[in-house]
Amino acid sequence: MDHHGHEPALALPSPGEWAVLVLVCTALVAYAAAVLLLRRRGVSWPWGRVLAWAAGCACVGVALAGPLAERAHHDFVAHMAGHVLLGMLGPLLLVLAAPVTLALRSMPVGGARTLARFLGSAPVAFLTNPFVAGLLDIGGLWVLYRTGLYAATHTEPVLYALVHLHVPAAGYLFAFAVLGGPDPAPHRLSPPWRAGALVAAIAAHNILAKTVYAAPPPGVPLDQAHAGAQLMYYGGAPVEIALLFLVCRPWLLSRPRRSRAVGV
Amino acid sequence: MATPVHGRPGRGTLRGRNLTAGVLLGVGTVAFVDEVIFHQILHWHHFYDLSTTDVGLVSDGILHAFSWFATVAALLMVASLHREHAFRGVDFAAGWLTGGGFFQLYDGLVQHKLMGIHQVRYGVDLLPYDLAWNIPGGILLIAGIVLWVLTGRRARGAPGAAPAEA
Repeated sequence: MDHHGHEPALALPSPGEWAVLVLVCTALVAYAAAVLLLRRRGVSWPWGRVLAWAAGCACVGVALAGPLAERAHHDFVAHMAGHVLLGMLGPLLLVLAAPVTLALRSMPVGGARTLARFLGSAPVAFLTNPFVAGLLDIGGLWVLYRTGLYAATHTEPVLYALVHLHVPAAGYLFAFAVLGGPDPAPHRLSPPWRAGALVAAIAAHNILAKTVYAAPPPGVPLDQAHAGAQLMYYGGAPVEIALLFLVCRPWLLSRPRRSRAVGV
Repeated sequence: MATPVHGRPGRGTLRGRNLTAGVLLGVGTVAFVDEVIFHQILHWHHFYDLSTTDVGLVSDGILHAFSWFATVAALLMVASLHREHAFRGVDFAAGWLTGGGFFQLYDGLVQHKLMGIHQVRYGVDLLPYDLAWNIPGGILLIAGIVLWVLTGRRARGAPGAAPAEA
């Protein structure tokens, strides 16, 4: 495998890394600019969300550009570390930063109205259903590791780019769909459904990790598959537990002193 | 009411909520002990055993995911009951013992034996290990059911108490 040391430069040309860097910096600057705009209007914005956005951008950046991303081309364990950052931790942090709420508040009224109309539309309702989002997210991973797609991403830069676009996008969509917030979620399902979708997705993620352990994706050596699968399983667990906590807290910690009369 | 208490752990009668929190934490505790002690510290259990059936793999994945949910949900329910000064240790213990005992037996009998996910330990005579795994599970389950029935009778006997669900 040592001879593959030069291949990463081919598989991910530095223009790709530049694009990632520009994208991440744009996201950071845009968020900061919107927060400053709100502050100038006398509207405060929680620092925790700013931190979450910065940390989320850092997760995505580290996973897609730099030493970890380069090692991920020939080391499945590094790839899996990147997967946890890019597909799980990063998206969760970005969702917690409530970028849509920030956009709605800082945009001109016309733009905000268009964005709100878009968020209320039928396609968004479909995509933010937690079961659909879970299928896109975890189902995508099943396709990646259980078919020849993973091996193909190393030779086809376009596939590599698409997969690494899909993973954070689907991760974001799923985290948002399951949490049903903090951004406005007009189509949000009730907490038991969202918790159910989350448990199903965690189960599918666990099962996938075990199948990767048992039968490595094409082109991955057995020892790397073993270490990578366990990293996927145990490294993903803290993020999954955080998601469970965030879904369950408003549901179970509320004080339902008056029982719900409508039991239909 | 078409929806039982288990479907909405946040609502329902106080006894139901204490029992549900107990059952959930029982499942979560046993899964946690299994993971920390037998997988991580002793390394007796294997991450994946080649004799695992597909059904076993799916069952184990779902149960692990559910056990994390159960732990988080149970702790939040207990916190909520504490806030309302409605936490009842006996009802909670009845649920905890039942949930923990049931899960221990399910893991030991169905998952280990029927589905072959992994064994308690490898390279040893399994019988004493299986007995040491399943007998405590059975004791927990029986103690839990007894306590459940006893507290249920008391709850029914008390005036104004909500009917217990089985």
